[in-house]
Formats: sequence, C-alpha cells, structure tokens
Amino acid sequence: MIVLLTNIMLSVIVTSTPLLLAATGELVVEKAGVLNLGVEGMMLVGAICGFAVALKTGSPTIGVLGGMIGGALFSLLFSVLALSFLAAQVPAGLVLTIFGSGLSALIGAAYVGISIERLPHLAIPGLSDIPIIGPILFGEDILVYISFVAVVGVSLVLRYTHVGLVLRAVGDSADAGHALGYDVIGIRYLATLFGGAMAGLAGAYMSLAYNTSWSENMTAGRGWIALALVVFSTWRPFWLIAGAYLFGSIMYMSFFLQGFGIAIPSQFVSALPYIATVVVLVIISSNKARIRMSAPACLGKPFHATS
Amino acid sequence: MLTIIVTGLLFLMFGKPLLQSLDVFLIQPLTNDNGLAELGVKAAPLILIGVGIALASRANIWNIGAEGQYIVGAICGGGLALAMPNTPALVLYPMMLVAGVLGGMAYGGIVALLRVQFNANEILTSLMLNYVAQLLLIYLVSGPWRDPKGFGFPQTAIFSPNAAAPVLVEGTRLHLGVVFALVVAVIGWLVLSHTILGFQLRVQGSAPRAARFAGFSDKKLVWLAMLVSGGLAGLAGLFEVSGPIGQLTTTISPGYGYTAIIVAFLGRLHPLGVVLAGLLLALSYLGGESAQIELALPSAVTGIFQGVLLFFLLACDALILYRIRGADVGRFAGLKARFVSPKVAPL
Amino acid sequence: MPLSAAPDLTDTPLLQLSGIVKQYPGTLANDHVDLTIAPGEIHALLGENGAGKSTLVKIIYGVVKPNAGDIFWRGEKIEIASPNAARALGIGMVFQHFSLFEGLTVAENLALGMNEQRTRKQLRDEIAAIGARYGLQLDPSHNLADLSLGERQRIEIVRCLMQSPKLLIMDEPTSVLTPQEVDKLFETLRKLAAQGCSVLYISHKLNEIRALCEKATVMRHGRVVAHCDPRQETTTRLAEMMIGEMLTAPRPRLGLSPTALPCLEIDRLTIASDRKFGVDLKGVSFAVAKGQILGIAGVAGNGQTELMDALSGEVPSGKPSAVMIEGIEAGHMAPAERRALGACFVPEERNGHAAVPGMTLSDNALLSGYVRKALSKLGFINRPKTTNFAAEVIKRFDVRTTGPMSEARSLSGGNLQKFVVGREVLQDPKLLVVSQPTWGVDAGAAAAIHDALVQLAEADTAIVVISQDLDEIFSLCDSIAVIAGGVLSPVTRIADTTISDVGLLMGAAGGATETDASYRRNDAA
Repeated sequence: MIVLLTNIMLSVIVTSTPLLLAATGELVVEKAGVLNLGVEGMMLVGAICGFAVALKTGSPTIGVLGGMIGGALFSLLFSVLALSFLAAQVPAGLVLTIFGSGLSALIGAAYVGISIERLPHLAIPGLSDIPIIGPILFGEDILVYISFVAVVGVSLVLRYTHVGLVLRAVGDSADAGHALGYDVIGIRYLATLFGGAMAGLAGAYMSLAYNTSWSENMTAGRGWIALALVVFSTWRPFWLIAGAYLFGSIMYMSFFLQGFGIAIPSQFVSALPYIATVVVLVIISSNKARIRMSAPACLGKPFHATS
Repeated sequence: MLTIIVTGLLFLMFGKPLLQSLDVFLIQPLTNDNGLAELGVKAAPLILIGVGIALASRANIWNIGAEGQYIVGAICGGGLALAMPNTPALVLYPMMLVAGVLGGMAYGGIVALLRVQFNANEILTSLMLNYVAQLLLIYLVSGPWRDPKGFGFPQTAIFSPNAAAPVLVEGTRLHLGVVFALVVAVIGWLVLSHTILGFQLRVQGSAPRAARFAGFSDKKLVWLAMLVSGGLAGLAGLFEVSGPIGQLTTTISPGYGYTAIIVAFLGRLHPLGVVLAGLLLALSYLGGESAQIELALPSAVTGIFQGVLLFFLLACDALILYRIRGADVGRFAGLKARFVSPKVAPL
Repeated sequence: MPLSAAPDLTDTPLLQLSGIVKQYPGTLANDHVDLTIAPGEIHALLGENGAGKSTLVKIIYGVVKPNAGDIFWRGEKIEIASPNAARALGIGMVFQHFSLFEGLTVAENLALGMNEQRTRKQLRDEIAAIGARYGLQLDPSHNLADLSLGERQRIEIVRCLMQSPKLLIMDEPTSVLTPQEVDKLFETLRKLAAQGCSVLYISHKLNEIRALCEKATVMRHGRVVAHCDPRQETTTRLAEMMIGEMLTAPRPRLGLSPTALPCLEIDRLTIASDRKFGVDLKGVSFAVAKGQILGIAGVAGNGQTELMDALSGEVPSGKPSAVMIEGIEAGHMAPAERRALGACFVPEERNGHAAVPGMTLSDNALLSGYVRKALSKLGFINRPKTTNFAAEVIKRFDVRTTGPMSEARSLSGGNLQKFVVGREVLQDPKLLVVSQPTWGVDAGAAAAIHDALVQLAEADTAIVVISQDLDEIFSLCDSIAVIAGGVLSPVTRIADTTISDVGLLMGAAGGATETDASYRRNDAA
C-alpha cells in the first residue's frame, strides 16, 4: 500500500511538472502583456531538441539544456512576427503551434521508436531512502525542483525587484512605459524568450522524463492546458502550482483508472483532462470582474512606438 | 515564393535533390491523371471550413475548434448512414447533410455558450473540445460502431451506396462537396460584403466599441460565428466520410480543421480568397503524400510547408503595413485592424 | 543645491531650441521652431490642437528625435537621446495623457519614473518630504486605480519633483482638474519657479496662461508665430494669435419655451460599471425638455463614460422605467431600438467608437444611420442610399474629404468629428446626446459643431452635452448639472450659477474613496 501510494505521488509529480514549467514561462510572458498561444509548438520543439541532444551526447542533462535552447530560439519566431512586425498575437501564436508540430515531427521522424536513459533522479544517501517522504521529497529529478524554484523565483522577481516591476508595468501600459523611456519591445522579447525556454524545458521533460522516447505530437495539448492554467491562476505564480498539480492528478487518474481496468471506456477517461480544463476555465472566467482586475491590462495588444 | 525557397532548403537539408523535390511536391500532383480532381477533393473541406473561420475571424472570434466540429459532423452524418443503410439515397443523403451540419453547429454552439454565458475564452475551449471529439471518435469506431467484419480494426462498416456522396465526374473522386464549397464561398462573400450581417461582423472585428455603439449584439455575433463555422466544419466532415473515405475511421482528418485556419488567413479572411488558398494548401497535402512516397520524406513536410507559408504571410503583411505607415501614420492603425486583434477577450 | 547667484548662469538661458524641424509622414509637425526658456521662468507654449506643441515637448523630453535643429542646455549644445537622458539633465515632464500604470501602486508608479533606484524606505521618505514641502500629499501604498485624476496628476508632479528638476514641462495639465484644483496647481508651480525651477506650460486655455505665465510662445501649423507677455494681452488678442483669424461671436440662442414637454427622463439610474477601474452610476436622475440643451459637467473619469453608455443603450440601463424617451420606457432597449424612438448619440471617442477608422465614410454613415435612415432592406445594404446619405453629411457639414468612399482615418480629427456629429444631426433626432463634442478639434470645426447643436435645439430637439469644458457648457447650454463620482447634482439654470459654484460641485467627490461618503451625505440630506 505504501509503495502504491508513493508511486502514485511520484507519478502525479512527473505528470504535473511539465505543466508547471510551461505555465510559469507563459505567466511571465503574459505579465509583460504578450499572449503567446504557441506554447504547444514550443513544447514540441523543446521535446525533440531535448531528445535529439540527449541521444547525441548521451547525457539527458545536456538534453534538457538543448530543449530549453530549442524552445527559446523557436519562440523568437513569434517575437519577430508579433513584436517586431506587429502581427496579431493570436495568429502569430497559432503559427508557432502549427509550425512547431510540423517541424518537430520532421526532425523527430528519425528518432521514432528509440528509447533512451531517463533523466536521473536525485539520490541523497539516507534522505532519499526514507519511506514515502524520501523518494517524494529527495528523490526527484532536477527539473521537478527547478519547476518549484522557478515559481518562487518568478514570484519574487515580479514582486520585489525593479526588473519585475518594469515587466509588470510594460504589461499594464505599454504606452506609459514607452513614454518613461523603457524599451517595451526589448522587455517583451526577453519575456517571450523566457517563456520559450520554459516551454522548451517542459517539452524536454516530456521526452526525457515523462517518457523516454519521442513520438509525434507527444505533448497532446499540454501546452494549451498550460495556457488555461495561467488563467486559472489569475496570473498569480503560486496558484500555478495548485493548478498544475490539480491537472496533473486528473491526467494521472485517467491512466490509473485504465490500469485498474475499470469498466469505463478508456477514451472517456482520457478525455477527462480536456473536459476538466474547459470546466475550470468556465468556473474561473465566469467571474468577469475578477478576470478583468487580474489580467494584465495590455494583454494581447500589439505595441508600436508611434512617436 | 519565399515559402517555396525555404521548403526547398528543407528538402536539401534532408539530402534530397532540390528541383526534383519541388517537382514532386508542387508540380507532379497536378499532372497526374486525375490530379485536378484530387485537388478539388482535398480543397473542398478546406474551403468549407476556411470560409466559416474567415467569417468568424472577421469578427475577432477565434474558432480553433473546427477540427472537433468536423469530427462531430462526420460522426452525426456517418452515424445516420450506419443506422439506416437501406433508406433510399434521395432521402438518406439530405438527412445526412443536415445531421452533419447540425452536429458541427451543436459542437460549435458549446463554445459559443461558454463564451457568451461564462466568458470562457473560445480559443482554449474550442481547442480542448478537439481532443474530446477525437477521443469520442476513437471510442465509437473501436467500440460500439466497430465493424464486426473488420478484423478488429478500429473502423466502422463501409457506408451503403445510398449514403455515398454523389460523384460529379465518373472515374474520379470529385464529389458534391466541391460544388457546395464553391457555393458556400460565394454566399459567404455576398453576406460579408452586401448584408447588414456581414457589416456587423466586420465592424465587430475592426472596432468592437463601434459595433456596440451601432447596436450590434456581440453575443449574437459570437453565436452566429460559432454556429456558422461549426456547421460548415460539420458539413466538411460529413462530405469527407461519405465521399473519399466512405466509412468512419480514427483518422478521418489529416488536420483539416487546423489547416483551414491557415487557409482563412492566407485568403485574407475573404471568402473568395479562401477558395484560392484552399486550392494551394490542398496542393501541399497532395505534395506531402507524393513526397512521402517518392522521396521517402515524412508527411510532416506538409505541416512545415503550411507553417512556413503562414509565417511569411504574417510577416509580409507586417512589411506592407510598415511601408504604408511610412506614408501615413494614421492609416496604419486602421489597416492592421483586420489582422491585429484589438480585443483578445477574455483570456 | 542652493541657487547660486552667478550672473552668467542667470543670463544664459536654461534651454534654447533653434531651428527644430520634425517631419512626420504627410505633415510637418515642427517647422524651424525656436524657443528660449530662462531659469525660474514660467513659460507658456500656446497653440491649437495640432499646432505642434506636443511634438516639440516630446523632442525636449527625448521621446521624439528632431530631423534638424539644435538644442542648447545652459548654453551647451546637447542631444537628448531618451527620456532617461532628459531626466538626467534635470528635465521633468507631466504628460497630458498620464504615463501611469493603473495596475500598480503609487510607490511603484513613482519608482518607474526615476533613473536611480531607491529602496522602499527611501522612496517612502522622499514622498513624505516632497509632500510636506509642496503640499502634495500622497499615500505610497494606494493602488493607482483608486485615485482620482487630480491625485494621479499629483503623482506625475511628485515623480518629477523627486528628480529635483531644473525644468518642468506640463502638457495640458488642467483638463482633468476642477477650477479649485487648478488654483492649487498654480500655487505649486509658482512656488517651484520661485525656487529656480523653470516651467514650460503647454495649454490652449487662454485665461490660465494669462493668470500664470510671464512669457508665451505661440505656435500655429508647426511654426512659431508670436512671442508675447500674456499678462499684457487680452484673451481675444491671444486667441487671434493662436487661431490666426478673427473670432466670430457665438450665435445668440432663442429662449427656451417654458411649456416645453420633457423628451428624456432619467429616474434613479444606478449601474455598476463593467469597465476595469470604472465608476458606478449612483441614482442619477434628470430630465431634458424639447428644445433644451442640458450640459453635464465634470472632471473626466467621474462616470461620464458610464452615463453615455447607459443613455445610448450600449449598456442596458437597469429597469425599463429608469430611462424614458418621449414618454416610452427605454431602459431595457438596445441602441437600435432607442434610435427608432428618435434618440441619436455621439460618443466621446471618434476613433473606434463613433466611427470605424478602417471603413469608408459610407460604411460609417451606415453604422448608426441604418435604423432611422432605413439604409437596408431584407438584411441587404442599400448602397446607393447609404452613399447618398454620407455625401449629404459631407456636404452639409463641410467635411473636407475626397468623398464618401474615403476612409474615416484619412480625415483630420476636426473633420471626422464634423462628420460624426453631422451624421447624427441629419437623422432628425428628437433627442441628441453628445459627449465631448469639440474635444481635440480646431476652432473652426468647434464653432460649426456648436452652431449645428444650437440650430437643432431651435428645431425642438432635446440635447444633452456631456463635456469637461466649462466654457463650452456655459456658452452653449440652458442648464447644467455636475457629475462627480457617479453621482449627478441637481439641474440648475446656467443663469443661476457660476463657474466657481460648478467647480465646487465638480470637486465634491474628490476621489473614489470619498465618493461613497458624499453619496451618503446626499442621501441623508
């Protein structure tokens, strides 16, 4: 029983981590006033880049870096379109997703069916061996810890540093930021780059820890769920943890139930996370006033220094 | 043009001879015996869905859920075909068309309901419903609707001839859906440019406050846009399963619902432009298939081609806008209105 | 640093611009502009909307780079590359449209406008010190969204003062203030000037300039047309310099018939705002008779937008009986139904609200004219009729454009406003509600619009004018009410009130925080 419970907890953590990583990145992007709908595409590119690099170097850890860089570089495509060329952010984000799924499939064709070593778990002698708590608290892979550090870090930076203040300001009123002499576009580029790196990290987690192989469209909508999580959190970093673990649990539950051979068709169970996303969105969004008060005022609006 | 160059470079990267690849990808599909007919077959669903998305996008309503609406339309119409295979075609087929449209409308209607009543962002909800629809389809064809004689493959029985889309030209797969697509495009154009309804969509898209001032109800427009684009996607799904495919399987769509978004934008959100864009992207599907067969390239080439195309489309728009802005600052704000959404509510 | 009495410093101008040229596509915003500001001087930059004042100050503040010309700062030729550079020199600016962040606190807003970073404690102390010195109290922990416009301007000023500026630029600072707040602002500015800080004061309000400034530079069409001492000039003379032509006196109004029937009755209209940081309407009641022009005065952001939305039906206005048009309950009606009853509307914002910039004038005529002008049949647009209507508006209101097929955005502000007002006036409304009818338009267009409104009233139309411009209301309207914090004062006849009375009412609510208290006071009374 204890082993089972521990395994469930561990699996939930593994399922939730990519959601948390991607959503944390997107939260920063949106705080700067940019709506990048390309999370799914960046995750896929991150996943294949991470996988390919890990395979070539033999090191999943370097693979993680590869995924991060891949995601960040890929996000530049969005930035060029939406920030430099002032294309609408919604279609620009869609480009990223459509292009990303094609590009990753093309690169990944050569890697289908190959399995590699998993991202290593932390092993602290003594601590990691404690039942239940040991493996859960001290025996995770490095990205699980990074995902939490990222949330805390993002929260602190946004709240207490000048950089964070400027980022929020640019998302609140790009015009005012520009009038005060801040480089709105530059700041938004950096934020988007960060979001890309985090999505890439999440993707790499998918192909190096959640699975240890690559398959086409393996993120299965997780990028979109991460977007929904940002709304769920009403743009507060710590709420992302709650959201990501809620959805991670639901996702894991669908596998778990299938494993038990419960007499529900597996497709219904698999649809649960998506339906849950819709339900949660509806619940959160129906409080219009709250969404309005907490969403960055400039979210999704293109900015151009007209004078 | 740039797209062709970039795609060509990609071919080179995969170690294929450039000209031969482009020939296989873009030219050969048309020179086949019934290449043109196949082009029409592929273009029909893209145009049908694309027109719907174009109309909705004009009003800044982002229907990313066409894929799901397409599947549900196919399920509804296809279910009818399976349920009463012996009904005469003249009765059965129109009923299937209606079922397909209603199915798509209902599925799109969910999104409208959630947006209007609960303020839920239509991009995310419609997208999530795509996954749900796909899973529903898999459940049906591998569960209750599975063909008992199908050797356990996840697919339904082949539809009866009464439920087959009428073929236009003997010996090809060119079916009724192609005609529907063209008619829908023309109607779409008429509505958009000559009716108050189309005017409402255009005003809503370029200046939502002005639409409110004029007294156009944004809720009605959301409903309308989602029902129309959902219905058209459902129709496309129905034509596809009753025409070229002839049964329900797990893979009834090669991503038409997503590609149609590109079609809509490539067609400048203009219904007649959508026809041309639909033909071009249909070519990319055919090209992808022949590239797969003749050059042993993954079918993802199609996706790449489409992504690159959309990228350059948006980039070129921006460059054109820059140039115009050079001539007149004020003009810039309005010109981009169609492609640059003033309101991405309420994410 | 204390002011040194070194003679070379007082003789050298603080700031000198010479031959500044700024070319925008299609317009020459600044055409060889010269400007000299001495230390400790309050200098007015006077001109109509579009005269090039804002461009010039943006150049001084480093937001815009000039195409040609030199800038000298204390005698030295310099280039101001960015607002940061300007602030480093000692130039502070208070923008017409505040550069403030709604979602942040007062302290955060202040921190964003400064070159050197400070700790929270330092910031707090400095805010308190400046508040004490100039009488500009601010609570650093307040959220900006909760503050009135006057308080927001205070933040902008404090932000500048924290940099110990040598030159403070104020761009149209009084448009958001009550007359009493204006007096207070002038006191602060005089105090600053006395301590050696120069002030560049941009305005088109002549009385203010005469009261405050000791030198003036007048601009017209991008050029400097005159220098003067505004204290020595009459208002008329200044206006003529600014506009470049003789002003005609406004048409006298025929008196209001005492037996006129009410056309619009508003009864205890209470609506929660649906906008971010909006103002709720609280028990607004008034009536307008046929042929009457009612002015609704108030500082921007006190519920005018919400009132306009409720009157036009863009936001359903509570219970049906809250809005009666021509004796019919209309509170539940959408804009089109209200138009059918005879009501027409001109919202404040031309671009994107009253008109769609990217559409033709013909399409824009359709926008609000489709009901009363019957411009469609069976859902199809009657193009010839629509275009004729647009052409009629263009002709009757002297809209300078190439024709009904030109796009709205190609028109200048004044011309587009004439088109928008004309479009509504030519629908023969029984009731016309206009918000800020002459905001940001040139004097010629403003006169034409005022004329059209007066004529309409003489033809027995009831008119509501929502405006921040008290001069406009006093010259145009029969009666006046003041909106403050979403509460409307009782209606009084113009003849029975004064600008200073109105000013007191405008300031009644102060900020949103005090609004509820004053509302309760009204209830108790």
